[in-house]
Amino acid sequence: MSDNTTSSNKSLLNDAGTRAIIFQVVLLAVVVFVSYYLFSNLQANLANQGISTGFEFLNQPAGFPVLIHLIEYTEADTYGRAFIVALINTIVISLMGIILATVIGVVMGLARLSNNWLVARLATVYVETLRNIPLLLQMFFWYFAVLATLPIPKNSIIFGDFFLNKRGIYSPNPLFQEGFGFVIAGFVISIIASIALIVWAKRRQTITGLWFPAYWASLGLIVVITFLALAISGFPIEFDLPQKSRFNVTGGMVLPPEFVAVLVALSTYTGAFIAEIVRAGILSVNWGQTEAARSLGLKDSLTQRLIVLPQALRVIIPPLTSQFLNLAKNSSLGAAIAYPELVAVVMGTTLNQTGQAIENIGLCMLVYGTLSLTISIFMNWYNKKMSLTER
Amino acid sequence: MAIKFNPSPSLPPPVNSVGAVAWVRHNLLSSPLNIFLTLFSFYVLYLLIPPVVEWGLINATFEGESKAACTAGGACWAFIGVYFEQFMYGLYPADETWRIDLALILLVVLIAMFAIKAVNKLFLSIGIIAVYPVIAYFLFAGGVFGLEIVETSLWGGLFLTTLLGVVGIVASFPLGVLLALGRQSSMPIAKSVCIVFIETIRAVPLITILFMASVMIPLFLPDGMNFNKLMRVLIGITLFSAAYMAEVIRGGLQAIPKGQYEAADAMGLTYWQSMVLVILPQALKLVIPGIVNTFIGLFKDTTLVYIVGMFDLLGRIQAATHDSSWLGTTIEGYAFAGFIYWAACFGMSRYSMRIERKLETGHKRN
Repeated sequence: MSDNTTSSNKSLLNDAGTRAIIFQVVLLAVVVFVSYYLFSNLQANLANQGISTGFEFLNQPAGFPVLIHLIEYTEADTYGRAFIVALINTIVISLMGIILATVIGVVMGLARLSNNWLVARLATVYVETLRNIPLLLQMFFWYFAVLATLPIPKNSIIFGDFFLNKRGIYSPNPLFQEGFGFVIAGFVISIIASIALIVWAKRRQTITGLWFPAYWASLGLIVVITFLALAISGFPIEFDLPQKSRFNVTGGMVLPPEFVAVLVALSTYTGAFIAEIVRAGILSVNWGQTEAARSLGLKDSLTQRLIVLPQALRVIIPPLTSQFLNLAKNSSLGAAIAYPELVAVVMGTTLNQTGQAIENIGLCMLVYGTLSLTISIFMNWYNKKMSLTER
Repeated sequence: MAIKFNPSPSLPPPVNSVGAVAWVRHNLLSSPLNIFLTLFSFYVLYLLIPPVVEWGLINATFEGESKAACTAGGACWAFIGVYFEQFMYGLYPADETWRIDLALILLVVLIAMFAIKAVNKLFLSIGIIAVYPVIAYFLFAGGVFGLEIVETSLWGGLFLTTLLGVVGIVASFPLGVLLALGRQSSMPIAKSVCIVFIETIRAVPLITILFMASVMIPLFLPDGMNFNKLMRVLIGITLFSAAYMAEVIRGGLQAIPKGQYEAADAMGLTYWQSMVLVILPQALKLVIPGIVNTFIGLFKDTTLVYIVGMFDLLGRIQAATHDSSWLGTTIEGYAFAGFIYWAACFGMSRYSMRIERKLETGHKRN
């Protein structure tokens, strides 16, 4: 690069390598200077406004309620505990959202490719509508326009043991009695047995070519063994049914409307994006592959499972990962309808009460960063597992 | 005498292989599963369409001064009519809204001038990118030529939504290009600065950035120096979309064959010359769909400013539904907002598909 032919150009400033070094030194200096400047302003401002620093506040009593908590939590607990409660809420809604969105996305993506004209059109309308309306608006719609207009507890809508009213969805709550450990043990054993069965069937098929319906068999195995364990230990499970009293519904398991609204909005919205990814992935597999499989005499279902799907997955997984990441990040919108997740609890209430903006916002960013990193590490591992092994 | 061969006219194809009957048989009733799906779809349509039409059109009320006027049991579109100005302009003074309209008309006229051959495209672009924002700013904010000053806290509605989206995307574009070039460069420090910035922003939700903009920026500035909230939010949105923009543009840069870079070097072009004249024009053309997608995402994401206390279209609707004389009109409000967002986003995605086809110059392998 630096071999200039004329000597007049051979000054040091015209050398690409030197220029790169100079440029980078300047850049680094600017970054360091700006950071130092901002940091010194920050310290001056914090001192002026009498805001304390550090994470000691996590040990102080929070004094505010968190409406949805999966672990014990009272107002007397610390900010630290409130943070953990909020973290659990975020993780739970993200995981459930990811599972539901994947199911919706796969169903809708396949529906868009259906031979049935009507089904394909309906799925297209679903995808194009939900994709193009802001998620926050959809969340508001579910929360304020649908769930908030449900009847008061006195006039609950009833489906068998399920109650539906303004305060949420009430369902029977399973209570595990003594001896349930036996059932769990049975369940775990059946799963281990079926994994062994699948491994054995696969090995036998590679050696002898004989095929065994391992998946169906293992499904049967799990159902039968678990049911037997239940029967032997005398069905150690009871349901706490929701009861309707005069003005209220008590007992049972309650899904609060905030939770339902966030979950429904997140999974239907992300589902629409996943549908497009699934459709594009399946379309990306060359039609010749399907024809080749048919000419080998494979059934349609086997063609899809053994030929089309594995190749489509390679195209699907990377964009799917970013949709999962989006979903986890979008769960923060729950703050707008008072679902007590990380942003609502930490950047909302805790920040307001302690005034420690830097620590709280930093904490939130750190958690989301870790969550994103975890999801992408897992999906990269899965992607590697699914990717083409070239010989 | 030769026998003249008279072929009889060919028979029409069987009724059930052409026309509407065949289409229905093939597309709706080809197998038992298909028949079931068709019936199921009709059932879904039956569940959805009649109630919606009845609610939205047949039993709807279009005029009235309060919710009490809506007695037909259907939608209360009168609500939208009464609040329409607020949904469009926020709390901008009613006598001054012509300024927003004027700025919009000016923009449309300027963009339409691209279609005129006699106009110099370069001057026009500079006009739109450098001169127009200044004019628009003074039109909106006032304070010059006897225009009344309008505080940014009064800006709202669809006007604010559009402003946030357009400024966000226009300002983030050059920043995104720089970040993408930085990430692709061979200089280790420049590269790592860009990577850290892009990946940090992309790992966190927009809400945290907006909170940071509205709560944390004042803490980082020296005493007495401060921007107003709109400015801070705009900075937050710009930095956020710049990170996404950078990744989109990087995709384009990576798609350009190495030969193009080498050819530019061989011509003796400097780094910036080869980027501006050779690489970027090709790379940006490739990623137009991605850029439009980023814009669509940003346009939808502008709704989040409601959470940090600004009243964009959704925020104004949310506020209006709490008006005591219009209680119970949430669905109408959301339907209206949903329709506007949908029309804008759907229109943009169709437009990007058209551009994509138009700019297709056959580099793609098929």
